[in-house]
Order: sequence, then C-alpha cells, then structure tokens
Amino acid sequence: MGREDLLAFWTIVAGVLCNSACAILGCYMVLRRMSLLGDAISHAVLPGTVVAVLWSGQLVGWQVFVGAVAVGILTAFLTQALANFGNVPEDSSMGVVFTSLFALGVILLNQYASQVDLDPGCVLYGLIEFVPLDTVSWLGMEIPRAIFMLSTVAALTVLFVTLLWKELKIVSFDAGLATAMGISAITVHYLLMAMVAVVTVASFEAVGSILVIAMLIVPPATAHLLTDRLWMMQVLAVASACLSAIIGYFLAEYWNTSVAGMMSVVAGGLFTIAVIFAPQHGLLVKAYRKLQWTVRIIKEDILAVLYRVEERGRRDSQETRLEREKCVQFAGGGLLARLAIPLMQSRGLIVDAGDGCLALTDAGRGGAKSLVRSHRLWEAYLEKHFELPRDHLHAPASRMEHFLGPNLQQEISEELEAPQQDPHGQVIPQPDPPDVA
Amino acid sequence: MPVGDQAPQSAPILDVHDVTVAYHHKPVLWDVDLTLREPHLVGIIGPNGAGKSTLLKAILGLVPLASGTVSIFGQPLATQRKLIGYVPQRESVDWDFPISVIDTVLLGTYGRLGWFRRPGRAERERAQQCLEQVGLADFARRQIGQLSGGQQQRVFLARALAQDAQIYFMDEPMAGVDAATERVIFELLQTLHAAGRTVFVVHHDLRTVRDYFDYVVLLNLRLVASGPTDVVFTPEKLQAAYGGRLPILDAAAEALRTQEAGHAHL
Repeated sequence: MGREDLLAFWTIVAGVLCNSACAILGCYMVLRRMSLLGDAISHAVLPGTVVAVLWSGQLVGWQVFVGAVAVGILTAFLTQALANFGNVPEDSSMGVVFTSLFALGVILLNQYASQVDLDPGCVLYGLIEFVPLDTVSWLGMEIPRAIFMLSTVAALTVLFVTLLWKELKIVSFDAGLATAMGISAITVHYLLMAMVAVVTVASFEAVGSILVIAMLIVPPATAHLLTDRLWMMQVLAVASACLSAIIGYFLAEYWNTSVAGMMSVVAGGLFTIAVIFAPQHGLLVKAYRKLQWTVRIIKEDILAVLYRVEERGRRDSQETRLEREKCVQFAGGGLLARLAIPLMQSRGLIVDAGDGCLALTDAGRGGAKSLVRSHRLWEAYLEKHFELPRDHLHAPASRMEHFLGPNLQQEISEELEAPQQDPHGQVIPQPDPPDVA
Repeated sequence: MPVGDQAPQSAPILDVHDVTVAYHHKPVLWDVDLTLREPHLVGIIGPNGAGKSTLLKAILGLVPLASGTVSIFGQPLATQRKLIGYVPQRESVDWDFPISVIDTVLLGTYGRLGWFRRPGRAERERAQQCLEQVGLADFARRQIGQLSGGQQQRVFLARALAQDAQIYFMDEPMAGVDAATERVIFELLQTLHAAGRTVFVVHHDLRTVRDYFDYVVLLNLRLVASGPTDVVFTPEKLQAAYGGRLPILDAAAEALRTQEAGHAHL
C-alpha cells in the first residue's frame, strides 16, 4: 500500500470502529425512546474533559477519560433528577442540563485557552482525517494512536452487550417487569449511560461529536425499519454504520470535504433508502399493498353488481348481462376499474357475453355469491341492532361486504338464526355445502 | 424448594402494613393495611383514580413508599422477588419492539436466572409450554405487534406463567380484550388457584366480580374494605367505595402537596 492508501485505510478503520460501537449502543437508546440523551451526553462531556486536562496537564490520558465519562454519567443523572424533583418535563430538563454543561465547557476552554490545546470546533466536527498522522509503533508497525483507543472501546461495547444481553433486552422492553423481578432497571440504565459516555469520549477526540450523535441514532433507526428481531437490528445497525464509514470516506475524498460530516450524511441517506424500500414498513410496500387492496375492492364490486343483475334477470326473465361501461361506472369509473376487467377475464371470473356486455363465470359466481351474502347478512345484522332507517343500510353493508370472511358470515348467520332474507326482502344466498371428497 | 423452608407457616402470604404512596408530595393512596393468610383469587376493585395500579406498584417496589412496609411470606420484598409474578397494563410497553412472541414469554424466566446467566433449553421449553397454555403456540415466531389486543394480553399472561410465581399481580388483564381471551384468563385464574397460588387482579367489571374472585379488596384512595367476596362485595360497601370521594381526604392531600412542596422549594 502506498502512503495515500494507508491514510485512507486507517481513516476508514477509525470510522468503522467508532460508528459500530455507537450503533450497537444506539439501538437501546432508540428502542427506549431516549436517543437524544446520547446527544446530550456527547455535548456535556466537554467541561469534564477541560477540567481533567487542566488538572492533569495532559491532553490525553486516563484522567481525561475518567473526568469526561464522569460528567457524561452526571448528565444522565441530572436530567433524571431535575425531571423528578424539579417538576420539569424530561425533554426540557435534558435541554437545560446539557446546554448548560456544554456552555460551561466552552467558557472554561476560552478562559484557559493558553493551557488547553483543545478547539471547540474540533470537538464538534472532529478531524478524523488526522487520525492516521499521530502514530505509535506496535510490533514493528506504525499504528495510529486513536485506533488503539477506538478498538478497545469497540471491543468493550461488544463485551458489554454480550454480557448484559438479557438485562438490556428486558429493561428496554419492560422496565417495570425487570425491576419487579430484581433486575434493577435503574442500574442497567446507568450502566448503559456510562457505556455511552465511554464511547462518546473515546470517539469525539478522533471523530467529533456530530458523528457520534448521528451514529447513536441513525443506523439503529434504519435497522429498526428493516427487522423485527433485536439481534438482527444490532447486526443491521452495525452494517449500516460501517457502510456509512466506507462510502462516506470516499465521497468526502471525491468532493474534498469533511469526512465525519460525509459519513453522517451517508447514514442519513441509508436511512432514507430504508424508509422507502423497507420490506415490511417501507413506503413502497405500503403503496403496493394499498394498490392491491383498491384493485381487490374494484374486482369485488364488479362481481357483486354482475351477481345482482343476473339474479334480477333470472327472476324477471330479463337480461342477465351488464354493459362493460356500466360495470366500469359501478366500480368507480377510474382507470383501475378499466384495467381490472381484462384482468378478471384472464382469471376466468367474468366473460365477454356479446353485445359489449359482461357476465359471470361459474368461478366468478362463487365469489360474487359470498360477497352478496356478506352484504345482505350485514344489512340484516344492522337492522336488528342499530336504529337506522332502512335506506341507510346499503352503504355500510357495501363497505363491510369486503371484510366479512366465511367465519364471520357463519357467526352472524347463527346470531340471526339463519335468516333467509335481508331487510329489503331479497334472498340471502346460502353458502355452498362443503365438497364431499 | 417448598416455600415453608424459608418462612414459618404462620407468616402471611402478603402483609401490607400502613402503606402510603405520594406523587410529588400528594398522597394517592392512604394508610393501606392488608393481610392475606390463605391463597385467594383477589379482585382489586374501585373507581377510576382510586389507586388500584398504584397499590400493585407499591407492593412490587416500583414506586417509593411514603410510609409503611410490605412483606411477602414474612420477608421483605427484596429477598422474595422470585416468588412474584407481574402482568403490567398492556399499554405500558412499546408493541413495535423488535421481539418475537416466544422471546417475550421467555422474559418471564429471566428473574430466576439472575444477572448475566442466559436462558437455556429448560427455559425455552417452559416458555413454549406457557405459550401453549394460553393457546398461542402457533404465533410463537410472530413479532408481538402483529397480534390482536387480546392475544397481546395472553402473551403477557404466558410470560407471567413462565415466572412460576407464588403470588401474581395483574393490572387490568381483562381491559378491552375479546371474549375468547377473557375465557382463557378466567380458566388460567382457576388453574392457578387450584395450584395454591394467590392472584391479585385489578378489575373494573363489577358484573363479573362474583364469578372470578373469592376475595375482594375495595379501594378508593384508602382501603374501604377487604375480605371474602360474600362479605365485602355488598351494595353498602360498594356504595362506600364508589359513592364519591372523601372531601376531607382530597383537601388534606392538597394541603400536603402545597405546604410540603412549598417548604421543599424554599
């Protein structure tokens, strides 16, 4: 690898490590509806960092780490305390706590700027591009110092959720039950907050808090759209976080812009894609389901009107067919209604009966009969239980006929003691006897 | 492990002694004294806002007690949690949570496992049995949000069964469920009772109280009455529980809230 490639490699590795750790913990924050607490913690650690740097005289080291993490946990604690004892709504109390702490950090920084080599801008946006420049020798290789830090933290995160998998799961889903069982929700909460603070502090020096906040929220939210299993959500969140790191890096190179910023933008892009294409909850799938439903209603309306025409025609020895155009009008008259007719012909539900008319096939008649049975049973049911004028029965029955399956038909029929006629005096079609094999 | 080993036979199943619960200094439950010596199916009855759920949460240690003590088989709650099963209100959790039906039932076994230990084959089999008991074995792999309200309630019951507890606390398990679910719950209560378990159920349907419970706790901010259904579930006592709140009690609560809070803010 050339030097350029090596730089790219280490930057991406830093991004992958940091993003993955954040994404794993973020799943629990998102599921517990407290994703913004990650935002709060990542801002509030600033004064802790500054004080620790002043105290220890070093920019890095365990003192800085401990100082920052302590203030991070304090943020979670103060937010809760203010909400409980100060009668402040939880979102406001969080806002008050972290903005105050962050502002305090900025003031401390300005006051002691000469002694602390920390730049507030750097804290926010980070300089992930510079990660590869500060290296240490290890086993004969030049490895960036931040990589040591980030891989330790990533490993710690994996260990944390592996060890506390069961506890995190039950507390996130049902904190009351967990506490009643003796798995203290408060203990688990603060352990999680401590872990978030550790990851935040370890990451923000290298990559900045904007990326941390984005990765705590966006990849988990993406993953939540794609699966309904917790372990899979964790896997997908990590995958999405890693993809954001890799794609984000190359796009930033291409446009020569902030790497951390670009990684966050890519995460947002992946989220948008998930919103549209998610298999269960995606917009496309929802639109498709809605279309399917609309077409089904149209088809059923056409079947039902043809059944009625046939019924009347047989009774009065008249026409048992209906003009195609009237069918279309009856089914709403739209383009979908026009398209539904050839579709139903190809499925063998209706046939061209000459003179531009349509009629039911045997297969179509079976379905149509069930619909009309539903319709008239529902009218009879409404007549019995609702104080409705008789001419108000048709419209609700026209809606409900699409929803009543054989089981409900049976139940209604039993309750009404197997009625033969609807309130208008029309015959309620009886179901076919079951096939005798 | 028989319970008798840990506690003398004479220790009551549940002893709630002078329990008061306050939110923001305002008492919502006053001086409740309740002792249960025999296993019963206990209906907790009272008007809206009477503190029924609060009583359950106080017994379970989910809300702090302003005064009083709770003991289970003669021991403090903290040492007896494994003997307790809990069915929270259905609305208390997020049904979009990425968890399957069977895994939700499996949560019931977590308390006995203690920290860090994962559920194994025995726990999984137990969860499966409990799910079958409520008639939802076919839904095991579904995500919980895909179930109907009644089915969701049955999942919670299966989870409580998996806790294998001596005393169950159920918060409105029959609120807004279908007839089939109500029947399943009723049969389950009978089974638990026959097995010598005690079940406390917050209940709102006065018509079914006599059918479901052999012991009744009438609550309205204070304990109005408690005892066998025949004795306690009478028109006079119901009138006392439902016939309006005690005006003095409301005024006293308000006084506590304003004055105590006033001092705290100084």
